[in-house]
Formats: sequence, C-alpha cells, structure tokens
Amino acid sequence: MPKVSQQVSAGDSTTPVIRVRGLVFRRGRKTILDGIDLDIPRGRIVAFMGPSGAGKTTVLQLISGQLRPDEGWIEVNGQRISDMSDKELYRFRRNIGVLLQNGALFTDLTVFENIATPIREHTDLPEALIRRLVMIKLKSVGLGGTEELMPHELSGGMARRVALARAVVLDPALMLYDEPLTGLDPIAVSQVRTLMSETNEALGMTSLIVSHNINEMRKLADYVYIIAAKRIAGHGSPEDLSASNDPGVDQFINGKVEGPIPFHYQGTDTAWSLLG
Amino acid sequence: MTDARTSPIPFAGPLAMSGRCVLFLLRMLAGFRPTAQQFRAVLQQVYLIGARSLVIIMICGFFVGMVLSLQAINALEQFGASDQVSLLVGKSLFRELGPVLTALLFAGRAGTSVTAEIGLMRATSQIDAMELMAIDPIQRVALPRFLAGMISVPLLTAMFNALAILGSVVFSIGIMGLDGGIFWSKLQTGVYFVQDFTGGVWKSLVFGGIVSLIAVYFGYTAKPTGAGVGTATTNTVVLSSVLVLIFDFIMTSFFT
Repeated sequence: MPKVSQQVSAGDSTTPVIRVRGLVFRRGRKTILDGIDLDIPRGRIVAFMGPSGAGKTTVLQLISGQLRPDEGWIEVNGQRISDMSDKELYRFRRNIGVLLQNGALFTDLTVFENIATPIREHTDLPEALIRRLVMIKLKSVGLGGTEELMPHELSGGMARRVALARAVVLDPALMLYDEPLTGLDPIAVSQVRTLMSETNEALGMTSLIVSHNINEMRKLADYVYIIAAKRIAGHGSPEDLSASNDPGVDQFINGKVEGPIPFHYQGTDTAWSLLG
Repeated sequence: MTDARTSPIPFAGPLAMSGRCVLFLLRMLAGFRPTAQQFRAVLQQVYLIGARSLVIIMICGFFVGMVLSLQAINALEQFGASDQVSLLVGKSLFRELGPVLTALLFAGRAGTSVTAEIGLMRATSQIDAMELMAIDPIQRVALPRFLAGMISVPLLTAMFNALAILGSVVFSIGIMGLDGGIFWSKLQTGVYFVQDFTGGVWKSLVFGGIVSLIAVYFGYTAKPTGAGVGTATTNTVVLSSVLVLIFDFIMTSFFT
C-alpha cells in the first residue's frame, strides 16, 4: 500500500525556516514517525504536542541533527540537515539554541561559566566583553547576582532560566525547547513562559516547543501540531484546535481515555503473555 | 541479526569492544588542538585526578616499602645477606611494584571517579547539551582526563617509589638497625638507571594510558541510568586492573 505523507502548512505566507518532507524514523523495527511533512515559518512560536512516546522529542532531535531520518529530509534555512557531515552539523548548531528538559547545566561549573561556555567556545571575545554579555543575559532572565552559584544551589525554575540564558547567549536564529515547563511550580511556569515569549520577540527567533501543557501553549504558541500514532493528528492555531471536531485532536485536548489515540502500548498482545 | 555479543566467533565481544575503544582513542587524538583552553583543562584534571590521589599513593607506597623490607630481611637473613635489602627493594620497586601498584591504585581512586563523572554527565544530558552547543564532548570532556591520567601516573609512580624507599629506610635502618651507609651504597650501585628506572617509567606511561582510556571510554559509553553508571564504574576497575597486569608481563618480556 503506498504511504500517504501529510502535507502540513503553518498557514503563513512567509518563507518557511524549516521544511520537512516525507519524514520517516524507526528505532529498530518500531516506526516512530511515519511520513511527516512540515513547514515552519520564520519568527513564530510553534508547539509540538501529543501523548507521551508519540515522537515529539524525536522531531526536535531530528531537526537538531542528533538523529538521522530513515526516509525523507529536513531543511533548515535551505540547508539539508539529514545530509550534513558531523563537521557541518557542528557549524549549523552554532546558530541554534536548545533548552533540554532538565536544563542540563554543567554541574562542575558556576552559573557564570555555564553561560560563558558557548561564547568561549565559539568566539575570541575578550574576557571583559564575555563578562558583560553573560551579565546582560543573566539579568534578562531575572537572575542577576547568581553568577557565582553552582547549579546544585539553584531551584528547578532558576536552573531552567539559567539554561535559557545559556541557550540564547549567542542570539540563535532558531530555538528548540524540550518540555521547558515540565516539573515547575505555577509561578516558575509563568516566569519561564514569559521569558520564552519575550526572548523570541526580542531576538526575532523562531521557536519550536515540545510540551504537554495545553493551557500554557494556548498562551504562548502561535501554531500547534499534535503528533499521535506516528503522524500529525492535527494542526492549527491554539484556538482552531480547541474548536476542532477531529476525534484525535479532541481526545488529546480534552484528555479523554477513549479515542483513536491508543491507551495500550503497541507491542505483544497482552492476552497471549497472560496465557504464558 | 548477529552482533558481536551473539556471534559464534570466540572472543567476538571483547574484540569488538577493543576495536571501539581504539577508535575512540583515535577520535580523541585526531581532534586534539593544543589551545590554551585545552591546556588549562588538562592542568585542572591533573590536579583533580592526579594531585588528589597523592595521599593514598604516598601512604600505600610507604607501607609497601616497609612490608617489602620486612619480607626481604627475613629471607636474606638465612643467607647472611640482609644488607642486600635495599638492592632487592629498589629493583623490585622500580621495575615492577611501583608502576603496577600505582596503576592499580590509580584505577581504583581516579579511574572510577572519571567513569562515574562522565557517566553521570551522560545521564543528566550534559553530554547532549555540549553536542547541541556545537562543542565536541570528546575533546572537551574525555581528552583532558585521558591526557591528565597519562601525565599523572608516572608522577604518582615516582612519589610511590620515593615513599616506598623511605618506608624501607625506616624499617631497615630505623627498626632493624641495618647500616645506613651500606643501605644507600647498595641501592646506588645495584639499581641501574636505564635497565631498572627507565623501564619503570615507560611502564607507568603505558599503564596511565590504559587506565585513563578505559575510564573515559566506559564513562562516555555508559548507559544513562544509575545501574548503567554503576556497571561502567565496576568495568573500569576490573578491566583496567586485568589489562595492567597483562601489559606488565608483555612489557617485562620485551625489556628483559
């Protein structure tokens, strides 16, 4: 049976900064993503949502070149990521910022050194200028005065904000967020969400966010893709999706157990395992 | 699908792992750039894994020297040759015990901490974060620790030997009352620089390389879980100890 790939457009006339066509990704024999097409316009905040294990983080890892697709291709600013050598990938990554789920701060470095690491690695700026840049970024996330603290002395929300300052310290054109609001208290969620929105606007970036948090994404994202059952189950503005009649979208948005998104893991039949 | 672990070829698993380990070493060395930043990182690791191992190395060296003298004097007394103790202690220390015991202690003290540290960096996505920041984690994390290990082990061996001789002096001259002049003259005339001392230095360099390579390799390839890091740490001690002893025999055969 021929595979039907889904053409998905963000519905914007601006040139897409990211283009994905016929994306297929497998882990061993298990297909994670099957025939996904995307167009992400420049300067927008786009969220990938969906149930756990649907492949949202995998999409980010494919876009950042951590994983290679089995079929299809990904273009960022006209550069085909899937064909890049390791050296080209490293050059490409200098223009992207990534905020991982746990922040992934370097535990043996101070807050200052964590933020300064990308600058030291990729520029020859004098120490005085590095210090000013780091302090500006630290202040912009509301954490001026924490530069000498070690990561273990920070709360979860503070660590996430430091990681955000580090991710944007070289003013990247593209920002990838993997579950940036997970595990934070409501105040920290609002702080990080506001920062993400302000940073995107101030730096003119394009932001891709993987998140489960429907309410926060309604406030933050310009456009949402819902990934389920290896494919894009639905897409549109947060308002469009809230009003959607699509059963998959309705199941996810309203947290229903019954629906086309399966509850059971698609592996061996449990009935047979129970029989021994 | 048949992989190295399920292959019917004997020793396919260890051979495949050795191959990956050597490729990892080549990748580390191929990307080496002698920058000021790299120099600082190596120096910092020499302090963290080398200087911080000094106390345990010095204590062990001192008592190894004492016990070696005790056994040697007991044996030599039967032939009326107990004044030859410094010769026996010196030769066995510089040729064998110094490099081997220092490498084994280094594997237990510093090798494990390097593996656990890198494994934990993998488990907490710090390695991923580096790759995403276009920073090569092999150059940034593995290489400084590997080079620091190679530099530290010969230096620690020298300290181990010095303290072992001191231990021997304390026991032989201080406790057993042997003549100090004879002790030092036998050591000076009977222990040769090229045959005894240089051979030990080469050995300690090779052992430092083996222990450090295994420590960084197992840390870097550890499964990102608590159990994965634990297993990697155990593997570092076990494999580096076995390899040190195997390579000791091979090198001794060549030098002799």
